[in-house]
Amino acid sequence: MSSPLTTASPSVPAKTSGPGRNTPRLRKPGKPSAGKPRRSVLLTVLTSLIVIYTVVPLIWLAINATKTQTGLADSSGMWFADDFALWDNIRDTFTYDDGVFTRWLLNTLMYVVLGAGGATFLAVLGGYALAKFDFPGKRGIFATVIGAVAVPGTALAVPTFLMFSKMGLTDTPWAVIIPSLVSPFGLYLMWVFATEAIPTELLEAARIDGAGEARIFFTVALPLLAPGIVTVLLFTTVATWNNYFLPLIMLKDSDWYPLTLGLSVWNSQAETIGGDVIFNLVITGSLLTILPLIAAFLLLQKYWQSGLAAGSVKE
Amino acid sequence: MRRKTSRLLRGIALLSTLALGATACGGSDDDSAGKAVSASDIQAALKKGGTVTVWSWEPTLKTVAADFQKKYPKVKINLVSERSGDKHYTALSNAISAEKGVPDVAQVEYFAVSQYALTKGLSDLAPFGADKLASKYTPGPWNAVSEDKAVYGLPMDSGPMAMFYNKKVFDKYKIAVPTTWDEYVDAARALHKADPKVYIANDAGDAGFTTSMLWQAGSRPYQVDGTNVKIDFADAGAKKYTDTWQKLIDEKLVSPINGWTDDWYKGLGDGTIATLTSGAWMPANFATGVPNAAGDWRAAPMPAWTKGEKASAENGGSSLTLPSLGKNKELAYAFVEYANSGDGVQTRVKQGAFPATTAELQSSEFQSTKFEYFGGQEANKIFADSAANVADDWSYLPFQQYANSIFNDTVGKAYVSGTKLSDGLKSWQDASVKYGEEQGFTVEK
Repeated sequence: MSSPLTTASPSVPAKTSGPGRNTPRLRKPGKPSAGKPRRSVLLTVLTSLIVIYTVVPLIWLAINATKTQTGLADSSGMWFADDFALWDNIRDTFTYDDGVFTRWLLNTLMYVVLGAGGATFLAVLGGYALAKFDFPGKRGIFATVIGAVAVPGTALAVPTFLMFSKMGLTDTPWAVIIPSLVSPFGLYLMWVFATEAIPTELLEAARIDGAGEARIFFTVALPLLAPGIVTVLLFTTVATWNNYFLPLIMLKDSDWYPLTLGLSVWNSQAETIGGDVIFNLVITGSLLTILPLIAAFLLLQKYWQSGLAAGSVKE
Repeated sequence: MRRKTSRLLRGIALLSTLALGATACGGSDDDSAGKAVSASDIQAALKKGGTVTVWSWEPTLKTVAADFQKKYPKVKINLVSERSGDKHYTALSNAISAEKGVPDVAQVEYFAVSQYALTKGLSDLAPFGADKLASKYTPGPWNAVSEDKAVYGLPMDSGPMAMFYNKKVFDKYKIAVPTTWDEYVDAARALHKADPKVYIANDAGDAGFTTSMLWQAGSRPYQVDGTNVKIDFADAGAKKYTDTWQKLIDEKLVSPINGWTDDWYKGLGDGTIATLTSGAWMPANFATGVPNAAGDWRAAPMPAWTKGEKASAENGGSSLTLPSLGKNKELAYAFVEYANSGDGVQTRVKQGAFPATTAELQSSEFQSTKFEYFGGQEANKIFADSAANVADDWSYLPFQQYANSIFNDTVGKAYVSGTKLSDGLKSWQDASVKYGEEQGFTVEK
């Protein structure tokens, strides 16, 4: 936990131990405190339900990725079939159709690195500028950004398509990368975070010492923004990795497909005359597709948490 | 999924042999129109080389494209794997109206050829010599792609109908395999009584299946003469079909599973769907989609309406066409010709496609092919026989794609509520008439 949270400690017990519990806690020191919240049956049940709701599809995916096409039809969805074909499935997923899955994986990585990476970079630059510099039109920009957060990307996909079509950019990777570069929510988050995390006095001190603005940004501000950057990076990565609708309308050539589109093409083979039915590879492919995201979350978890909490408590 | 199914299971459009009217006169919509393109022009283009963009979802074209490129190293076939159905036609129509990104070759199902030809979206292939290929194809598919002297595409495959049945299930309950639709209803009752989990078929309302059934029953609901259209679902053939099928629906003897879903593949595999009446292209899907039931299934002729009668219908199938706005016409035609009339046909048949060419259908090699999946049965004999018994005076609407898209809102009601199937067809008719009039067709009710 970062320092802003500890300064806000008076509010913590009230939040976790429920209202009206402060006085008894003083009289009986052995009772649950802020560190050891009381058990609540209702909360436990609700949380368990949500855990089941969230985890069951994942378990289903993991179990069914071990089955052959025959096994899928013959066995119950929530338990293993007699044949354990996970390794074969993984190998087939990567070799099917001349290894097109690898191509889609690399495409997705490229969209994430350029799209989500670029979106994060722009959000950090913009958020820092909006938080720490005064210039005319700031209120207008604020209103625009807040407005843009409310508009789902899906709603903009068709107008974007028409615009890109005029520029002759459809059916190229740019059609996916360029719209991904814009993340109003990321910008807003960085703005709030930069306001909190960078003391203006620090910047003034650096200026007095004679540092240029670029140097201040890269050597003073950037390290302080690290947790926020990771949070925005995770947000944009998840959004780009899972993007389906934008590539769907922008891309025609399957050589540029991301994994999401590629898997849906594999799935639709089952609806085609003479099509090769490969539900087992669709399932294994889906499992492989979510693994990098799970890894990213687990590895960056602590930044993610502190990044989210920042700005929510202070003031 | 249901919509896609309708697209897929749609029968071959045996267009009316009458002229489609002045608007559809072929030949004026293309750069090379009017002047014949000689074989040597095509050869020269092949030597010069270039790229041909092909939009298609036909899986066997991959090998064909590779072979073609090997034969003509200067030509590059850019095969864009399409998803079948609505998405494909939306993309194609959008590209044509935007005049941008139109493919050089596009797969178009038989039912939709007239729609694109009528709006001048497709090049006439007769100047390339396609008109001389007429005798190579079975009449059904050829009628669907040709119009007077104009030819709008070369048939890729066909789908004469047959009944696939799970022999293991029929043997287990000692029920005879039906040869007429009356026997079919009896078998449906017997099967469902023997095991309530078993249904004779799945049917949750499917435009392609229903129109193919009407076709076989002798109903001709659509009459098309240019922009004059007549829609009538009240003839004797339609009554034969609705009377029989109403029994299956009323007694809940058909399983309410949509085709082409994973549930469907599962049902075909575990014996809960006992028969499937569809096009002759189905074996390829059986082999990869239902591998666990290999050996259980057999093919049989489609049940008849009266004992001994031999009437069949078509279900599904598509052609390769040259959109008018595409480029590299000579190369594009050379590829289409190679794939659907030349060496490509053999390649595709070997991979499980069902041909539209008479030579392949009648070859002894084709007819004596033993299907391991069907326990060594020579099923192509049944399919070829069915192809020969297809009545060739059926037509689809020049806006069949729309009509099929509203099937579930009209006829579909008969499957989920108390609406009679015949009333459902009537409301489908009314809605189609209304749309046709809005589109400027003269519709006679």
